[in-house]
Amino acid sequence: MSKDLFEIGGLKLDSRLFTGTGKYADDSVIPGICEASGSQVITVALRRVDMESTTGNVMDFIPKNMQLLPNTSGARTADEAVRIARLARAMGCGDWIKIEVISDNKYLLPDGYETARATEILVKEGFIVLPYVNADLYVARSLVDAGAAAVMPLGAPIGTNRGLQTREMLRILIDEITIPVIVDAGIGKPSEACEAMEMGADACLVNTAIATASDPVMMARAFGRAVKAGREAYLAGPGATQCHAAASSPLTDFLSGD
Amino acid sequence: MVVVLNGKKMDMTEGVTLLELLESKGLSPETVVVERNKEIVPADSFTDVVLNDGDHLEVLRFVGGG
Repeated sequence: MSKDLFEIGGLKLDSRLFTGTGKYADDSVIPGICEASGSQVITVALRRVDMESTTGNVMDFIPKNMQLLPNTSGARTADEAVRIARLARAMGCGDWIKIEVISDNKYLLPDGYETARATEILVKEGFIVLPYVNADLYVARSLVDAGAAAVMPLGAPIGTNRGLQTREMLRILIDEITIPVIVDAGIGKPSEACEAMEMGADACLVNTAIATASDPVMMARAFGRAVKAGREAYLAGPGATQCHAAASSPLTDFLSGD
Repeated sequence: MVVVLNGKKMDMTEGVTLLELLESKGLSPETVVVERNKEIVPADSFTDVVLNDGDHLEVLRFVGGG
């Protein structure tokens, strides 16, 4: 079998699991997460430096071979997302940007209209844009039209670990959307990442479920394997489901004769 | 003179460069990005930028996120 590479923004990736850097009790575990998960893409956020604090720099823990995917978290409008994206690029870590435009503080649901507007602007400026969106076909289509490199629909609200609550809408996106579909947010267990991949998602992004596990490195490994297993199952082409039983062995007259 | 650094007013002497300000805060210039009056300051010009009275500075860096 030829190597099943995943190409995005001109980069060919072996791993279809993206990871994050948020919520770790101790950032020094991050290199172990990258290695155990096999992930090659990792997210970060951009924030004001707290002049009073002496906390470490998360960048010290991200292996140099990782593709950095800064997000625009904190943005409430397209203009704010564009501003954060430009600042992130000025850090000198590449052109990738995960657009997050959120003004809803309870469920952290993304604003599709503002996200599409930010995507359009940033694509024109040469960014590789991966927008975080609701699992909504029309929003996803508008992002394809705007030149997004992928769409990242949510399985459930950020940080909830509730799994693929949007399953049916994800199925429609996977069926209809021609650019990569990366399920982001809400995936709580490896089985859920595996299911998303079996359905034909191109990749998954998992942060909270790994970062808040009792053993984050072990959980990262489990997610890496689950994503691979799900991808293989998708490529293998699952057999049909049916309601009535179908015997696994041929039914013959043996033992039933007179 | 007074500059506003990450939302807080700060008294400063005249003629200080952006690089000097960052270093006085214990920040390595390669770990931050700076916006001065809503315009991004290219990293290679931190040493050339002399701060003015009333400048609004935003100093940011990458932190953990998903």
